[in-house]
Amino acid sequence: MSAAVRLQLADIVKQYPGCRANDGIDLTVTAGEIHALLGENGAGKSTLMKIIYGVVQPDAGTLTWNGHIHTIDSPARARELGIGMVFQHFSLFETLTVAENIALGLPTAQASDRARLDATIREVSARYGMALDPQRYVNTLSTGEQQRVEIVRCLIQESSLLILDEPTSVLTPQEVEMLFQTLRLLAAEGCSILFISHKLQEVRQLCHTATVLRQGRVMGQCDPADVSVNAIARLMVGEDTPLTTQVAPAVPGAPLLEVTRLSQRSVDPFGTNLKDLSLTVCAGEIVGIAGIAGNGQDELLRALSGESLTADQSVTLAGQPIGQLSPGERRRLGLGVVPEERLGRGAVPGLSLADNTLLTAYHSDLLRGPWVRIRQVRALARAVCQRFQVRTTSIDNTARSLSGGNLQKFIIGREALQQPQLLVASHPTWGVDVGSAVSIHEALVAMRDRGAAVLLISEDLDELYQLCSRIGALCGGRLSPVHPAHDVSIEQLGQWMAGNFETTEPEMAHVAT
Amino acid sequence: MLLLERRQLDSNLFRWLSPVIAISLTLVTAGLIFLAMNRDPIQGLIYFFITPLSDIYGWSELGLKMAPLLLCAAGLTVCYRAKIWNIGAEGHFLIGALGASVVAVQLVDQDGFWVLPTVLLAGMATGAFWAGIAAGLKTHFNCNEILTTIMLNYIALNLLVYSVHGPLRDPFGFGFPQSVMFGDSALLPQLIPGTRLHIGLAFAMLAAVSVWVLFARSFIGFQLNVLGQDARAAAFAGFNTRRLIWFSLLLAGALAGLAGASEVTGPLGQLVPQVSPSYGYTAIIVVFLGRMHAVGIIAASALLALTFLGGEMLQIAMGVPRAVTALIQGLLLFYLLICDAFIQYRLRWRPSALAPAFNRKPGHSLAQEA
Repeated sequence: MSAAVRLQLADIVKQYPGCRANDGIDLTVTAGEIHALLGENGAGKSTLMKIIYGVVQPDAGTLTWNGHIHTIDSPARARELGIGMVFQHFSLFETLTVAENIALGLPTAQASDRARLDATIREVSARYGMALDPQRYVNTLSTGEQQRVEIVRCLIQESSLLILDEPTSVLTPQEVEMLFQTLRLLAAEGCSILFISHKLQEVRQLCHTATVLRQGRVMGQCDPADVSVNAIARLMVGEDTPLTTQVAPAVPGAPLLEVTRLSQRSVDPFGTNLKDLSLTVCAGEIVGIAGIAGNGQDELLRALSGESLTADQSVTLAGQPIGQLSPGERRRLGLGVVPEERLGRGAVPGLSLADNTLLTAYHSDLLRGPWVRIRQVRALARAVCQRFQVRTTSIDNTARSLSGGNLQKFIIGREALQQPQLLVASHPTWGVDVGSAVSIHEALVAMRDRGAAVLLISEDLDELYQLCSRIGALCGGRLSPVHPAHDVSIEQLGQWMAGNFETTEPEMAHVAT
Repeated sequence: MLLLERRQLDSNLFRWLSPVIAISLTLVTAGLIFLAMNRDPIQGLIYFFITPLSDIYGWSELGLKMAPLLLCAAGLTVCYRAKIWNIGAEGHFLIGALGASVVAVQLVDQDGFWVLPTVLLAGMATGAFWAGIAAGLKTHFNCNEILTTIMLNYIALNLLVYSVHGPLRDPFGFGFPQSVMFGDSALLPQLIPGTRLHIGLAFAMLAAVSVWVLFARSFIGFQLNVLGQDARAAAFAGFNTRRLIWFSLLLAGALAGLAGASEVTGPLGQLVPQVSPSYGYTAIIVVFLGRMHAVGIIAASALLALTFLGGEMLQIAMGVPRAVTALIQGLLLFYLLICDAFIQYRLRWRPSALAPAFNRKPGHSLAQEA
């Protein structure tokens, strides 16, 4: 590209206690370029973005913006310069309207003329194909629409560099396509875009240039369209990590978990109520539930784990009604659960790994009457760490001290060694490095092959297609049909995720197990 | 600008350093207060902290004050580990003293080894019952235990005052609000002959050790710990939160009730309105100062017991008002809570920070992502 250089970073260093998050990073973004920043969790992407957006200050290095060296000491300064950022978790007030949310980030003069602001929002959003009603309340918007509000806000602030942090993780495949059209249009008008992702296919589709980070360093730069997905993945994870799991086809047995017409109010007033949900998971198969976060996944997990009780007959495990049983009683019957939150639900942050083993494994031989058999607890904790390659110096380390991937391996291992008949896992590889994700996938498949039933709730469609023999989607608390994964096209799944269940082709109306 | 910044890991050093710093700051401030009252600060501190322990009698008096503090603190430790903020030890103590006295007055003419255990059990039962009210309100109506236990403290105090002015008043006591003296078989045996120190201190030590065993070895202790550190994990693991609330509150009530019963059957020998110089409230300081750990609360109860003795000594020797005791206890808790902030946080000097909260994007705490 010969276009003008918009942003140039030179030798950026940021040291956190115990970790060098950025280690001499150089990066150049030109006008009108869509530049991908690739890397695993912990590679330093977020830190670099926060440096550009003025949230944290680099320890060394220079930042050049449109030819001038700047110190960006606050997000306000970044916005002044024309740098806008859309975070993965939106920063919107749900109880305010679209226009009010946008007005909050604007200079007073611009914000006070509400009629003109409304007109501007309408005009900008229409021009880039992101229709928005300024008077709608944010809590009535879908996740995709909320993201549009964030983008439109940046555009109204006249950003000439837009930073998007994993923007597609909250979108259906169709919404992703719409977002990409918008971004291409913006780039064509000269806006630069920094696109943070770890989904390589998307980067290949959209981006002009890709910079790959690993352990705080730039590993390489390429034109993603020219390079194979595997080559980029190698740059991201290094030479010695396997990239995927080879999954043999499942041999399903008898139905083990049966959910029948489950309707359930959410305990969270802003949660999603489950509506008339029916589902069967057989021994020896992995069933996948896709869906965008907040469509009833957490409520489903709680109803299955026993954290929320349901009508007795609406959930059965191996024929036995368990809807009214407590989580402990369900565990005794062979239920294992891996919740979405690793720290603060799946594990107690301040307790040791040994204690965290006891947290859910207390039904095996770890207790004698009211007393804890400490030696057995420690032996089991050690077994979990060894069998599932949990990298830690001691089982006395706190759960908090482990990296996300390591802790997740520990939690999966803890559940697996209790030999559950049914394992319910929610987003097991969310925020986990590729190496750990592969081990977690292998552990799930191993449990399946041992004859356990596995229900996998995930937003990662690649993961679902790779592991699951049958697949469905949650939308607004309703469950789509659940069909063999090879019969469900990604377009079909996208329709389901958006709540269109009726488009099912007739020959797929029956579940073939 | 000085920033209070969250540490990546809690500082174990500060967890144990914090009480030491708090005690030092309390000493300095107490000295300044003496100075402001035109008293010699060094002499004041010596009277407060050293003179009371200059003879064996002083040490026995220390043990005497320690016993109720440690009993109450042991029960509160169980609650606080589970983050059940029971402020009601004072009420449990008073109602336990009242319950024990009611039984002791009935049995005043009885002679037998069973009298004392009956009286003590009555104190424990009434203390547990009083705590059970707060437990029931919490588990069934989701009432905040801080509020209910505080209010129950006042009800207990007024019940006690009513009783010594009315039904329990000694008819031959010249109208003084106090019960009859209990029979000898209802009195606690002495630990050291010739002093007032009774076996209540042994109960207290036993309670502290039991609390240690509870948390080190038992599953219910583990569950209480998990509930305190992470209620969501406790629910996920399937621990019965209601049962844990009942267990910890009943235990705390019974132990504080025993403390109350030991006080009326020990040094007092009868029920009087001023049975507690706020042992139940002081025990809260003991638990925090003792880091919610058995060994810690033993040491802390000794220190706080000393403040009661020192306060009396100061009144006598320097004519300082009684409120100095409460003042020093309050200062200690105050400094301790401040110092405890540094377990999780540290101070950092940041030059030129221009980013007040207002400049940040709404609804999104950037600091949390770091």
